[in-house]
Amino acid sequence: MVVIKTKNLTKSFADLVAVDDVSLEIGEGECFGLLGPNGAGKTSLIRMITAVSPPTKGEIWVLGGDLQSHSRQVKAVLGVVPQVDNLDPDLTVLQNLLTFARYFDIPKVEAKRRSMEVLRLFQLEDRCKSRIRELSGGMRRRLLVARGLINSPRMMVLDEPTIGLDPQAKYLVWHKLTELKSQGVTQLLCTQNMEEASALCDRVAIMHQGRIMSLDAPVKLISRYVGEVVWEIELNSEERDKTIKDLKSHGLDFEVVGDKIHIFHVKDDELTSGALDWRKAMRRAATLEDVFFRLTGRSLAE
Amino acid sequence: MRLFSWRFIRVWQRNRDVFFSLWHAEAPGFLAEPIIILLAMGLGLGAYVGLVDGQRYIEFIVPGLIAGYAMFSANFECTYGSFFRMEYQKTFDAIIATPLSIEDVAAGEIFWGATRSVLTGSVMLAVAACFQLVHSPWALLIPIICFLEGILFSAIALFFTSIVPSIYSFNYYFSLFITPMFFFSGVFFPLSSFPEIVQTLSWAVPLTPVVYVTRSVIGGEFQPGLLGALALIVALTVLFFSISLVMMRRRLAK
Repeated sequence: MVVIKTKNLTKSFADLVAVDDVSLEIGEGECFGLLGPNGAGKTSLIRMITAVSPPTKGEIWVLGGDLQSHSRQVKAVLGVVPQVDNLDPDLTVLQNLLTFARYFDIPKVEAKRRSMEVLRLFQLEDRCKSRIRELSGGMRRRLLVARGLINSPRMMVLDEPTIGLDPQAKYLVWHKLTELKSQGVTQLLCTQNMEEASALCDRVAIMHQGRIMSLDAPVKLISRYVGEVVWEIELNSEERDKTIKDLKSHGLDFEVVGDKIHIFHVKDDELTSGALDWRKAMRRAATLEDVFFRLTGRSLAE
Repeated sequence: MRLFSWRFIRVWQRNRDVFFSLWHAEAPGFLAEPIIILLAMGLGLGAYVGLVDGQRYIEFIVPGLIAGYAMFSANFECTYGSFFRMEYQKTFDAIIATPLSIEDVAAGEIFWGATRSVLTGSVMLAVAACFQLVHSPWALLIPIICFLEGILFSAIALFFTSIVPSIYSFNYYFSLFITPMFFFSGVFFPLSSFPEIVQTLSWAVPLTPVVYVTRSVIGGEFQPGLLGALALIVALTVLFFSISLVMMRRRLAK
């Protein structure tokens, strides 16, 4: 079943097109990743899908209905974890959750029960009486994720949920997200962390300048754009020009990155073809990051 | 324009909870200042002024101060308070990701601002009553009048909040609109002391009908002008309430 569907979705501001003609479908229980450099349009796309910002053009269906006309019902089953910390600094940890539960009309007793449950989940139960300003950055972020679960959502939209977390906390959040997925909670995950996207997402869309450049399972994207392994070689300037010429003449797929050259899609028979002294090169597993650079370039977007 | 729903009460509850958890920080200003000004102006200035409209000066200024301070409460709440929640704490963004709409948030802010007016007006009324400056039982209607007044000024303030670029812009709002209004609406002296042209102009500012109604209620004297003043308050409230909902959506739903 398709949970989120967009068709020709476009968002324009006065001087730029933030989201340009995006059509996608997210299935029930799927974790869908949204990758892209800063300014690629990820947040604008998320704001439209969470009914906070109206599209300039195009349509959005969520849970089978038009989003515009039943945004309240959609928001009632949606868990949002924002990138910007918008916890209530004047309230305690527990009050934050109870206040949030009240926005969803969750009765008081049930709200208290769920609040303690999500606090336990993210190991924050002994901080429940602390004020937000007394929490560390990592605790706040865990609390933001916990708050997103207060309405037992069917869908979650997470914008950089693990940014600024130490590895322990990051794995804790990943573990909970995987668990939620196995319970059938659909997730739209926006991230800059390629490792996170590979670990959690069933499919990933790579966005650049408002458009989706490519969309597939992480492993498929890797094998399509870079192959399973990447060869890296570091050369001084004299060897460099010659090597580039040799690689070109052998029809190899490569990219010059600073004083290194990355070579992709290398087949076994090419290792003996003399295009390169392969003993000098380093072989490593290809990652989603390699795909990301190939699709979005290496220059700064902003 | 989209209307707000009953869910606005959730925003009101949120603001109430924060207000009471920070009670100790807010109470001194909110309780002490009205008492100080009542005594300082009433007794100090009153000693030189003598009778105004047949009343002691301190009695004359009670209704104006109630209306004036109730106005300030609503205005502070829905300018600095709302702006702070909207821009710095991003509280509105958090709320509109839940089943509440932007209109619910705006209405919640306005009704909370009105509640602050009621609290301020009631405290001042109680203080004035303790000094035996209130004589008519009609004065018990003051909380209701303050509520109406609070909705009006919260709506005006929130409209301003929805269009300002930065928190410093509120300096203009207070020094060019609110403070002059405080002095030209019959709080400290009868409007009849002004030249005719100023008298007419002063009816164009929204505090004037409020002071008029408050004065009638506290004095227990009702004149035909009262209905007109109430109608003016209601009309301005509907106007600014609507504009502030529309403008808040424009600001937040980008």
